[in-house]
Parts: sequence; structure tokens; C-alpha cells
Amino acid sequence: MEYSGAEIVIQLLERQGIKQVAGIPGGTNLPLYDALRESPIRHILARHEQGAGFIAQGMARSTGLPAVCFATSGPGVTNLMTAMADAHLDSVPVVAITGQTPLSLMGTDAFQEVDTFGLSLSVTKHNFLVRSVEELVEVIPEAFRIALSGRPGPVWVDIPKDIQTATLDIEAFPSPGERIPAAFPDAALVDVAAEMIGKAQRPVFYAGGGVVNSGAGEQVKALCEKAGIPVVTTLMGLGAIAADSPLSLGMLGMHGSRSTNLILDQADLLIAAGVRFDDRATGRLAAFCPHARIIHMDIDGAEIDKLRPSDCSITGDAGEILSLLIPKVEPRARRTWEEDVIAMKAKHPTPQSELDDARPAALIRRVGQMASGDAFVTTDVGQHQMWVAQYYPHQRAGKLLTSGGLGTMGFGLPAAIGASLANPGTPVLCFSGDGSIMMNIQELATLAEQNLNVKIIVLNNGALGLVRQQQELFYGARYCASQYDRNPDLVMIAKGFGIAGSRFSLSTCTDEALQAFLQADGPGLLDITTPQEANVYPMVPPGAANTSMIEGDSHA
Amino acid sequence: MPDCTLTLTVANHPGVLSRIAGLFARRNYNLDGVYVVGLTGTGDSRMQLLVNKDERLPQIIKQLEKLYDVRDISVHEGRDMPTCFQQAKAG
Repeated sequence: MEYSGAEIVIQLLERQGIKQVAGIPGGTNLPLYDALRESPIRHILARHEQGAGFIAQGMARSTGLPAVCFATSGPGVTNLMTAMADAHLDSVPVVAITGQTPLSLMGTDAFQEVDTFGLSLSVTKHNFLVRSVEELVEVIPEAFRIALSGRPGPVWVDIPKDIQTATLDIEAFPSPGERIPAAFPDAALVDVAAEMIGKAQRPVFYAGGGVVNSGAGEQVKALCEKAGIPVVTTLMGLGAIAADSPLSLGMLGMHGSRSTNLILDQADLLIAAGVRFDDRATGRLAAFCPHARIIHMDIDGAEIDKLRPSDCSITGDAGEILSLLIPKVEPRARRTWEEDVIAMKAKHPTPQSELDDARPAALIRRVGQMASGDAFVTTDVGQHQMWVAQYYPHQRAGKLLTSGGLGTMGFGLPAAIGASLANPGTPVLCFSGDGSIMMNIQELATLAEQNLNVKIIVLNNGALGLVRQQQELFYGARYCASQYDRNPDLVMIAKGFGIAGSRFSLSTCTDEALQAFLQADGPGLLDITTPQEANVYPMVPPGAANTSMIEGDSHA
Repeated sequence: MPDCTLTLTVANHPGVLSRIAGLFARRNYNLDGVYVVGLTGTGDSRMQLLVNKDERLPQIIKQLEKLYDVRDISVHEGRDMPTCFQQAKAG
């Protein structure tokens, strides 16, 4: 049967199991949209291509399955770029499909022509410029295979308009692209790791996004319970071990708790899984876990020994490696180390104050206690994000959706929309700030249109809070461009988009008020008046060792 | 620093040189020589890259190995390249 290139794309997406696509049409992807009309695939019309990209990310991050976004050439492509770079740094399987100037016009500076291949090259796992309709049939399943296999990541497929309209006779479509299983871990290395764990006196498990991607939370728990190992996580790994587990030490690094960073400083063995020794986690690398030998397991061999040489490295899927490791480690109660860890935690306890007007972080903990356990939580980037990392009760892996590597303000709202679309009936909370929410505020229109159960909580301090905090601490409190002279009325804005909004001070956020907000049908926005003086503590100065933490009132 | 020659077999398409060169640029690693030729009768090209060997080279090779367009890599000490690269470097 004869199909157009556009029909081939849509057919292949359907066969791939794609149910929803976020995007915006334009001149060069109109054939795709014409083919989409006849398809059961539901289209989510975003208000900005960056929004579409983050909606797709919300779908992909909340399900672990690849998600798709569409954009047109030129500005559609450049607008999408940030969302794809974000997916690249956080290893999220997104497939972007963009229209391009017809092949015959490419390279002539045609209307809405940009070099999509060149631009997307360094912010994707892989990218394709499709040069024939025959190639298209191979490229689409291949894009999904690449996005899903090994370390996941975004793939960009650029399709010139004349390829979308060209026709091809197809007897049978190729199979959908599937994940290629990671190479099986080397059993001899697993033996070495087990022996190192057996000999260690003060081991710490260091879990990252790779553990979450692998769904290996249970294995981490089983290994660490059996061998008596406390667990720290990165921002991307939060939830890999339940926050209320006695083994959990929470997040490490720049805004990790004091006890956690100090315990790491004493470790004699670091068991690193699905982490990349990012500078926000390690602080000054030379001073990170100075007494520890390193076991490093990662699905991406290029991460091993990239920054910190390991003493034992195992390439493969974290869950598979840990499943092999668990039966090989000796059951062990490490009474001395356990006592040291308990003593350190007791000496530097996590603050637990009542809500008052000075304590925005306490609100995040309170909302977390009241929210349903299966709720997804998205954040934007800044102080509220770090408070969510520190104080929200992260009980399950894969529930926190946050822009870790790229740190993109504007991530939270569209990602929440995507998570809600992909998980109908599951509540989604979006914590944001007054700086971040404005960066993709237009997606409130998409949210209202889809009428999703997304609850937005904006900590509104009239400032770019984390920038202001750095100016206070490291630039002699010389504030420059970090405070807003005038902010819009967010409640009125929400109402303008057709979304219920209300404003509270922190002290008026009673349990009844919060419960009413969380239980209401459909979307809602809370604008919380927050003091500018509230900083995120502890804080390791950028470039300093994790042991040199600045302390202040925790605001929690 | 000693010279080192990386010999790559890569997919032959208009963007492939950009992809390889881009990896070196982004990771701040200098390319001293580049030689590329299409392999007749295949969809592949042969690429020879002349670099200075330093402690970052193993990481660069791992990153190259991950690229979808790269089919094969071999590493040789010295200047195992066509005659145009055998001459002394300028400057």
C-alpha cells in the first residue's frame, strides 16, 4: 500500500505504542499534522515548543517510556532546544520530531530554516536528518531503540517537508524499536565488589538517577539491609530508598544535610550506582570521600573513571548488578559504624519546626505529609527545589520529577502536565517559585484546557531566591538583578487562565486550607508569600569541599 | 605529549564529520589532523584523527565509542597517517 512520509511516521508512532504527542504545528510539519488527524494518537497543543518538550519529558520521566514531541522548523526548533538539552543531561527518553524546509531549499536560508542537525547535535543522544522517505521507515524505530537502550536519552528526528509528502509503497512496517538489554555484568567483578564490601568498616551506598531508571530501589534496600550500609542519594536518586528508612541519609552535596556530608567524609568504601560524580554532589572532588575506595557501577561505561578513578568498576544495569551482588555479600551488622552514623544524625538533626511565616521549607514537608503516597512531585529550579529535595518525604523512586543536570527554570509546570496526562487519576504537585513559574506561565492555558489534577504551589519571595542567596553569601550582600521591583498578581493570572487560585501567608496555610486545595477537582494554584531572607542551608560554597558547609536558620 | 592516531570507521553521511569534530570541540580536546575518505562500495568512511595523547584521551575514546555513527576505533601511537600528515607540524 502507498503511504506518504507523514503517514509512515504516524503509523510507526502508533505501532510504537505512542498514545499522546505534545507539540505545535507550523509551516514545515503540516503534513504530519494532516496525517495525525486520522490517528487515534491524541495531540496536546502546547503554547510554546519548550512547553511541548517538557510535557513530553513529564510523560517520559513519570513512566520510563519514551514520549514524543512535535515542532516546526526555525523558531519551533530553537524553542525546543532547552527541553531536549535538559532531557540529555538527565537521561530522559524523548523523541523530538521536527519539520524542516524542503530538501530542495535546504541551505538557501529559506523561511524558518535553521540548521537543526547542527544545533541539536550536542544536546541529544543522537540526531537524524532524514534524506529520503525510504530512510524514514528505518529511522523512526531506530530513534526509539536509541532513546531507550543503554543510558536513555533524547533523539531528534528532523524531516524535510518534501520527505513528509513523498510516497512509498510499503508491504509491511518494521517492528517497533525496543530496548536492547545491557551487556550482562562481569561476574568476576561482582565477586571483587562483594569482597570489598565484606572488608569495609564504614561503607556508604551512593545512589543516583541510574538506580531510578533501572527500577532498582528494592535491590538497593535488600543489599544495604543485608550488609548494613547507609544510603545517600543524589537529587536524581531521591526516593531510591524511602526517606523514613533507618538506612536513608537523604541527599548529599551542596545542599545535603550536615550529617550526611560528614558521614561521607568518614567512609572507607563508596558504592556508587548510576551516578556521575557531578560537582553539585561531590563538591571539590579532591576532598570528596578522601578515605574511601570506590566501587562504581554504571550502564554508561564512559562515566566510569571519568572524574574519580574507581577501585572496582562494573558496567551494566544497576538492578542486574545489584541482584548478582546481593547473594554474594556477607550478612553483616556493622554496629560501630551504625552507632557512628546514628550519633552523627543525632548531633546534626533535620529541623522539624511548626509552620510559621519565616519557614517556607516547613510548608513543603507538611504538604508532603498530607499528599497521597502515589502523587508525583515536579519542581522548578531554585530554593523551593532544594527544599523539596531536603524536606519532602520521598518514599518511592520515580515520583520526583526535577531538572537536575541542566537546572532549567520553567520545567515544573509543563512536566507536571505531562506526568498527569500519562498517569490519569494520579495527583501531581508542582512546587515552583515566582521566578520559575513565569518562565513557562503560558502552559497554564494547556493545563486549563486539559483540566488536569495538577496543583501548583508557588513560593513567592519576589526574587530569584537562590541567586539572591549567593549574592548575600558570596558577593557581600550586593544584590544585583535578583529582586523583582514588581511582580504580577499570580492569583489573578491563574484566574485569567481559568484556574482557581488563592494567596496565603505561610502561617495561614492550615491543614484545612491545604487539604481543601489538594482535594479540589482539577487544577489549582497557591501563591504563598515567602520571606526573601529564607535561605537554603546548609550550603557548600561552589568549588569548596562538602565538609565546609555554611549554616543558617534552616527555615524548616 | 606523544602523537597518537585514532582510526575510525564511521557512517558516511554529510553530518558525520561535524559530529566527530563537535565531540572534540565540546570536550576541549584539540584535533591536530583530520583525514576522511569514503570507503568505496560501502556506506562507511574511514577517518583518521591525529591528536596529542594526554590523560583525557581514554575518556574521549569512550565518548567516541558511544556515538551511533562510529562503527570501529583503533588507536596507534605515532603518526600512522597519510603522507600529508607525516611532515613536521607548522610553527
